[in-house]
Amino acid sequence: MRTLLDREGTLHGNCPMSPEQIVEALRLMLQSRALDDLGTKLQRLNLVGVYSPVQGQEAAVVGSAMALDPARDWMIPASREQPAWLHHALPLENLLALYMGRIEQGRIPDGVNLLPRQQSIASQLPHAVGVAWALKLRRQPGVALVYFGDGASSEGDFHEAANLAGVQRVPLVFLLINNRWAISTPVSKQTAAEDLSARAPGYGFPGVAVDGDDLFAVYSATKEAVDRALSGAGPTLIEARTYRIGFHNTSDNPREYRDDSEVAAAAAHDPLERVRRYATNAGIWSPEEEAAVKAEIDAELDAAQRKVASLPRPGPEAIFDHVYETLPPRLRRQRARLLESIARSER
Amino acid sequence: MEMERDERVIVLGEDVGKLGGVFRVTRGLLERFGHERVFDTPLAEASIAGASLGLALGGMVPVAEIQFLGFTHQAFHQIGPQLGRIRFRSRGRFHAQVTIRAPFGGRSRTPEFHPDAIEAQFTQTPGVKVVCPAFPDDAKGLLLSAIRDPDPVLYLEPEKLYRTVTGPVPEGDTPVPIGSARLVRQGSDLTLVAWSAAVHFCLAAADALAKDGVSVAVLDLRSIVPLDIDALVQAASATGKVVVVQEAPLTGGFGAEVAATIQEEAFMSLDAPVRRVAAPDTPYPPGALEDHYLPSLERVLAAARAVLGF
Repeated sequence: MRTLLDREGTLHGNCPMSPEQIVEALRLMLQSRALDDLGTKLQRLNLVGVYSPVQGQEAAVVGSAMALDPARDWMIPASREQPAWLHHALPLENLLALYMGRIEQGRIPDGVNLLPRQQSIASQLPHAVGVAWALKLRRQPGVALVYFGDGASSEGDFHEAANLAGVQRVPLVFLLINNRWAISTPVSKQTAAEDLSARAPGYGFPGVAVDGDDLFAVYSATKEAVDRALSGAGPTLIEARTYRIGFHNTSDNPREYRDDSEVAAAAAHDPLERVRRYATNAGIWSPEEEAAVKAEIDAELDAAQRKVASLPRPGPEAIFDHVYETLPPRLRRQRARLLESIARSER
Repeated sequence: MEMERDERVIVLGEDVGKLGGVFRVTRGLLERFGHERVFDTPLAEASIAGASLGLALGGMVPVAEIQFLGFTHQAFHQIGPQLGRIRFRSRGRFHAQVTIRAPFGGRSRTPEFHPDAIEAQFTQTPGVKVVCPAFPDDAKGLLLSAIRDPDPVLYLEPEKLYRTVTGPVPEGDTPVPIGSARLVRQGSDLTLVAWSAAVHFCLAAADALAKDGVSVAVLDLRSIVPLDIDALVQAASATGKVVVVQEAPLTGGFGAEVAATIQEEAFMSLDAPVRRVAAPDTPYPPGALEDHYLPSLERVLAAARAVLGF
């Protein structure tokens, strides 16, 4: 397993990121934590349906996202990579709108190379193969990166996607975030295998296991995989080993199935703290700077949340929007009848 | 033809390249368009459908073949929930211009799972269109429309008709609009409604009944999603007596939707209850039994006579 930045924040080897990148990563990780707090709070206030916090996985998500060029590369999410989507040019307001039920304003803007988050586990993997395959067929420079978890690695779609990606040598990075838990199922019940990255050679391409709490290890492994894909050498599987500190989502209570001691042990190698220590020692970060950045993040989040909260909620006609390009006659009738019935009940 | 007109169009599926598909539908395409337009895929249906979605998002126009409709069970989650919903769940940012071709239907003595008529399952996956031509001209015209349709289309090819039905095919660019039924036979006493291979049974039944002096209309739905309600209601009202014929098992089949729609929209024009002729609610039997299982000419005639005598 590749580690560059150890738990004490000591770097082993060369630093793969520039000081500016490290500061940007710290900002994204801090923003992610603030977003977790806000999302959870808004869910408790019944302003958000369900929220899945990123906590504990920030290095895996941010490190991999920063190895991509948002203008050139495609990102195919699972559903717990919020700072990665933001780095990939999704506006903060769109992200909040998505969680706060303003579905039209949550739309991914044109020109942002990001797919919608996926709630059907592993279904995004074959899509990612297709997106990468199209880049290859159209001879466009660029790669696709797809996120998925240890639970998704048990699905048939993982096997089919990896197999097809290998056969067609598509420019794709499979980024497996092994956070040890799929809701209440530990990875030991997902698979008897110790090493998920070892599956890759079975599909004819390399696999790399990295310390998923190490920003630098994740970034450098992803960067190498991106460069490999750009050179035409095909896909790479990266297993980023981390830990889901928080709950699966706001409807979950992890205390029902795992010990607090396990969570505390994982929290002791917090991915944010490692980078903070390294950056502070390197003289590019300070408590004062962090306080200023946090204040800026909080102000941004607050403004974005207020703006989204002021947006109208979608009306029932949205049920019929974007089903087909042109609504067939039968659906036009259903739409008219439903809207009429709703209008009558509201009168 | 569409591959010549639009260089984004690619063909992928199991054995579609050198072999040209198990029914030879894609024969010659590899030689003509090469290895960057025609792809033999691994034997893995979910990734054929799922990668087609990604290819479409990346700017290609995939025409994928699932070797038999019965194998869409292994791809169902990618066709209905994923292809069918990408436009909706992305609020129109993305759409999937994807055609999935799949042979289906009985009487070809194919092995288990190969003939199953499970088309109704895809009428419960909004966002997907389902077309089912019964004649060579419609096969061409609806395929052209399917490939050009900005939404995903499941294009169903009746296995038995590949080698048993011939007919004129117009030259040139002759798309047939999706969502429009065709009255393939005029008649005033009874209306038979069907799609795909069953249309030909209805025509045979109409011929037989004509000898008894009964005038039978036959409506070929041509697509079941979207359903041409106006044509259906008009054809049902014109005679007041309707029999729906489907190869699929009775319960929950698309014939039930046809019958329900007629009674909702044309009840006052009906002279008799709508009857259905369908396969029984059993697994599809081995080939030696399939002629007993599927709607036969005799069963269509019996239902027609029952409705006529109501």
